[in-house]
Amino acid sequence: MTDSKYFTTTKKGEIFELKAELNSDKKEKKKEAVKKVIASMTVGKDVSALFPDVVNCMQTDNLELKKLVYLYLMNYAKSQPDMAIMAVNTFVKDCEDPNPLIRALAVRTMGCIRVDKITEYLCEPLRKCLKDEDPYVRKTAAVCVAKLHDINAQLVEDQGFLDTLKDLISDSNPMVVANAVAALSEIAESHPNSNLLDLNPQSINKLLTALNECTEWGQIFILDCLANYTPRDDRESQSICERVTPRLSHANSAVVLSAVKVLMKFMEMLPKDLDYYGTLLKKLAPPLVTLLSAEPELQYVALRNINLIVQKRPEILKHEMKVFFVKYNDPIYVKLEKLDIMIRLASQANIAQVLAELKEYATEVDVDFVRKAVRAIGRCAIKVEQSAERCVSTLLDLIQTKVNYVVQEAIVVIKDIFRKYPNKYESVIATLCENLDSLDEPEARAAMIWIVGEYAERIDNADELLESFLEGFHDESTQVQLQLLTAIVKLFLKKPTETQELVQQVLSLATQDSDNPDLRDRGYIYWRLLSTDPVAAKEVVLAEKPLISEETDLIEPTLLEELICHIGTLASVYHKPPSAFVEGSRGVMHKRLPARTGSGEGTECPDVGNAAGGSAPEAAPSIIPSQGDLLGDLLNLDLAPPTTTGPTPSTSGMQMGGMDLLGGGLDSLVGTMGAGFGAAPTVMPASLNAPVGGGLGDLFDLGGGVGMPMGAYIPPKTVWLPAMKAKGLEISGTFARRAGVIQMELVLTNKAMSVMTDFAIQFNRNSFGLAPAGPLQVLTPLGPNQTIEVSLPLSTVGPVMKMDPLNNLQVAVKNNIDVFYFSCQYPISMLFVEDGKMERQVFLATWKDIPNDNESQFQIQDCHLNSEAASNKLQGSNIFTIAKRTVEGQDMLYMSIKLSNGIWVLAELKVQAGNPNYTISLKCRAPEVSQCVFQCYEAVLKN
Amino acid sequence: MIGGLFIYNHKGEVLISRVYRDDIGRNAVDAFRVNVIHARQQVRSPVTNIARTSFFHVKRSNIWLAAVTKQNVNAAMVFEFLYKMCDVMASYFGKISEENIKNNFVLIYELLDEILDFGYPQNSETGSLKTFITQQGIKGQTKEEQSQITSQVTGQIGWRREGIKYRRNELFLDVLESVNLLMSPQGQVLSAHVSGRVVMKSYLSGMPECKFGMNDKIIIDKAGKGGVTNEAGKSTSGKQSIAIDDCTFNQCVRLSKFDSERSISFIPPDGEYELMRYRTTKDIILPFRVIPLVREVGRTKLEVKVVIKSNFKPSLLAQKIEVRIPTPLNTSGVQVICMKGKAKYKASENAIVWKIKRMAGMKESQISAEIELLPTNDKKKWARPPISMNFEVPFAPSGLKVRYLKVFESKLNYSDHDVIKWVRYIGRSGIYETRC
Repeated sequence: MTDSKYFTTTKKGEIFELKAELNSDKKEKKKEAVKKVIASMTVGKDVSALFPDVVNCMQTDNLELKKLVYLYLMNYAKSQPDMAIMAVNTFVKDCEDPNPLIRALAVRTMGCIRVDKITEYLCEPLRKCLKDEDPYVRKTAAVCVAKLHDINAQLVEDQGFLDTLKDLISDSNPMVVANAVAALSEIAESHPNSNLLDLNPQSINKLLTALNECTEWGQIFILDCLANYTPRDDRESQSICERVTPRLSHANSAVVLSAVKVLMKFMEMLPKDLDYYGTLLKKLAPPLVTLLSAEPELQYVALRNINLIVQKRPEILKHEMKVFFVKYNDPIYVKLEKLDIMIRLASQANIAQVLAELKEYATEVDVDFVRKAVRAIGRCAIKVEQSAERCVSTLLDLIQTKVNYVVQEAIVVIKDIFRKYPNKYESVIATLCENLDSLDEPEARAAMIWIVGEYAERIDNADELLESFLEGFHDESTQVQLQLLTAIVKLFLKKPTETQELVQQVLSLATQDSDNPDLRDRGYIYWRLLSTDPVAAKEVVLAEKPLISEETDLIEPTLLEELICHIGTLASVYHKPPSAFVEGSRGVMHKRLPARTGSGEGTECPDVGNAAGGSAPEAAPSIIPSQGDLLGDLLNLDLAPPTTTGPTPSTSGMQMGGMDLLGGGLDSLVGTMGAGFGAAPTVMPASLNAPVGGGLGDLFDLGGGVGMPMGAYIPPKTVWLPAMKAKGLEISGTFARRAGVIQMELVLTNKAMSVMTDFAIQFNRNSFGLAPAGPLQVLTPLGPNQTIEVSLPLSTVGPVMKMDPLNNLQVAVKNNIDVFYFSCQYPISMLFVEDGKMERQVFLATWKDIPNDNESQFQIQDCHLNSEAASNKLQGSNIFTIAKRTVEGQDMLYMSIKLSNGIWVLAELKVQAGNPNYTISLKCRAPEVSQCVFQCYEAVLKN
Repeated sequence: MIGGLFIYNHKGEVLISRVYRDDIGRNAVDAFRVNVIHARQQVRSPVTNIARTSFFHVKRSNIWLAAVTKQNVNAAMVFEFLYKMCDVMASYFGKISEENIKNNFVLIYELLDEILDFGYPQNSETGSLKTFITQQGIKGQTKEEQSQITSQVTGQIGWRREGIKYRRNELFLDVLESVNLLMSPQGQVLSAHVSGRVVMKSYLSGMPECKFGMNDKIIIDKAGKGGVTNEAGKSTSGKQSIAIDDCTFNQCVRLSKFDSERSISFIPPDGEYELMRYRTTKDIILPFRVIPLVREVGRTKLEVKVVIKSNFKPSLLAQKIEVRIPTPLNTSGVQVICMKGKAKYKASENAIVWKIKRMAGMKESQISAEIELLPTNDKKKWARPPISMNFEVPFAPSGLKVRYLKVFESKLNYSDHDVIKWVRYIGRSGIYETRC
């Protein structure tokens, strides 16, 4: 007799029959009936009507039957909460059963019944089970706490289960420890600010011990938890790494990847000159290569992760190119990923081999794969200059095959090659033009049009070619339309006599007959440029284009860092932060790599947005360039100011290769106009100063500030965020140091029509670790036209990242409407601490000790203070005069400054009576701060 | 964590559906069927995101296994778990087929309840699962038996149960290697590597402590240094030490001990399992050398001569030898002469397939063929795919040697000497190609 008969289609009146069987006296018949019910449930039939009858079968000695009934209960309890109560007694009784398997079964099942009334009854049995003598019951109870927390978090906290769970981390049984760690990690995720896991060297030690003893799954839980810890210093980091490396030889790939995650993260803290650092790098390569012999699904996960790892640390796998060569039998998803990594690892040393492979791949059958291989050839040309010639000739060979999609793909990459090596390969244009008619994909058409426009002066019939596209202008995609518009304007500027009619035509098509605002705007801009000042138009439209960067398709660094912290997880497979695909509060917390200098300060920084009850994403990670849109950007770059690597902002487009134009081109166009029209998109951090900051750079040049004679210098308030960029919210502010506390003084003005609430603020990582010391205190809602002044105390223990300029600070402010970003510069004098007065002897020794290369000299002009007054004024800003010497009518003041991060700056100020120009020499072990310090001198002395 | 687990047949009908988390609804079952199983094109990724829900799937013959989640789970773990799930099911009821799954659905639900709790994988070793998930009920268990089960399931040695007894203590050790080669026509090795596995079948009583030793270069060198000199150490152990690029171990092996002392010690699971996998690239013994000679005679004829040389001890025999010589697409006829074995032109595969049943070491054999070509106006030259080869040899091409496998069981009175041990080496061809 087999069980498959339960799956056979059912006749009418089945429910009724089942009911009778469930109430039968015969045990066997009962069991058969329950099996039938479960089978019906599996295939999606509603058997909830049988609830009371099934629950009646619950009290039985037969464990198999009991389990089936429990399974039923878990499925239907929610829809029948009142009846589910009937089951409670049995559960409570089972939790006292002498058999540990039954106790565990009861507590495991109860946790899965999501009925409020039942959870109340669950507390007592759970408390007992958490302290059960049997480890099997304890490990089940540990997970049950997480289940209960998911249903009723408050209840779990009130009942003190969290503390009991924490105690289980010290349990003698490794599996109990592992499950407790898993449960705590999950609960901690929904409470980003609670210090639930309380990782400290002692608890880490316990985890590392349990790591050696628990099951493969337990090892994964523990390693994933370890990855959230930030060691205090490089020594602790090294000792943890040493204890984690043996896991790299585990047969379970997930254990290996989680170990790699811990190592990649902690390695950040190790000094690069350390021997162990090199050893560790060497140890990482073999296990990563071994992952490629796992099953294809795991290979895919491994390859997606390796893609991140080679971007972060290319040195690890640079000699392993061959293992990424595509095998004939690989599934397509493995092939595509391998191709990506091959390009990343391509270098002058191995390019010949790589090209030979790529050429091979371009003749395969899978269209996506072939396209990617063709594109890869182009990327190799851009990456490895020596190979460009060979790549171009390979591409030409491929164009000769006349396979439609190969030709189109080749044209798209050749356009990039032109951008990288101008005036080198233009001889191939003729060949490209031959294939004009076969292009049917927007991207290839746009690329071809770009080429025709760009090289219009060398193509005799450029006007005819472009005109042929113009016929079906309105049927083209936006990408092609924009490109055609630009190309024709270029053509006109190059050959004005013959093409006047054409340009008129395209301008009127773009401005009058189109619904697309982007197209219209671009059309109008050209029109006005051409009609007002053709010379200027020429300068703008035919401006020399910056070369495109060597590495394309790189993941933006902050995102990359975050993804490295998520190695092995879905985030690393999608190449997106968890917040992009996880709902609710989970996963909103951004993870970061620790800073190498991190000595105690480099703690995991909780999301400030969460602290304020909101979920403001951080300034930098919000920029998620999707792969492949460099190309999109390039198409429009002909008008844009230079961008660095060119990822345009976009948050959608999960799979790579999704051509994501998202208006990147137009926004950059607007950028050239010099006035941010409309809602500017999120801007690259590196270019934040330019478009957003406006007049921020001259913060210090503004005269007539409210300088205080003896106190610290406070620069006047400036507008940081104009209302037009922030949907009506205007922010101006300044920085001050009062009684040793750095404060950010903000003035928030609501220039919109609606009330603003729920303010929160957050900083991106910055040079001196500035971070809000508390939430932004805007307690009352901000009505229209209201202004509020807020003072935000800052701490200097936040995460550190060197900014350019050094005193640049990127800020995100959130309110109920949106999240806004701006950047500002703080005077470095805010960071001068009160105990910055150095001993004379120490000063002398330090001055000599700092190499002369670190000395920089500046002139302060038009300062009419005598040395005495200057010294007093500087003292107010914590610049301390240690000694004064007078030589030949010249006062030499020796001064010391200490920055909040412990950097000392020594200064020698020369003041000559009657001469308004001072000379100042600054010496510091970190010479990059000198410029900022000088600016402070100037600001303080002149105000 | 894993929010739910579904098993479908090839038509997309649900055979098993177990939901662990509240965020996974019944519609997830349908979403996967519609978007993946019934999707027109080929599967493009083993991970699919549909409406913010992620699906991980693996396929075993006609059966789809899908794990579902809405969270940022450890993706590698999910796949490892799905494979494990397949192993567990296979060891309970054999092949994973629709028939078997339907016949055992109650058992599968019971297993799923045990090995996945709230989406967290728990102990999934068949050795211990079989002690208490039996489909027979667990009536007659004494208290001692129960606590033995629980301590084993949660214990450090979850893969082996206590109280195993054999009349004859026996173990079988198989060293299985696949050797891969890409060679240039001039006989230069372009790339070569061996991927190997040590598979063990153990039938040992009690809880034996085992120690496995092989001729790992690092160990031998260490021992050599401890002895007289490096030189002397080498001469005693012969040249036979091999450099292992990387290895991974079954979870029974104490990894920290391997990391510190490079010794492989473990308490083995009962029955068959894979002890370790390894990879080597240095000093590989290539069992066969293929020497190709291709001559184009005019535009319509090719002369091919291929010599194969066996390169191992004359006393050993290689088996199942097959040489595959690709022919151009426009081949019209082939004449073959070979000294040994049988050779045939297979038009459908565009290749001459030459098969030899057995061949001893240090021998050579050759085949010559005349290939008639149809004249074509195709300008493209024939790409000349490499000549590939298949074989099986009774030794390890990496040079790996098992030095010892010691068994200690302190509680029972049998010693290492009483255990009957069998060691076997099998080398097979992986991708073994010579360009011509």
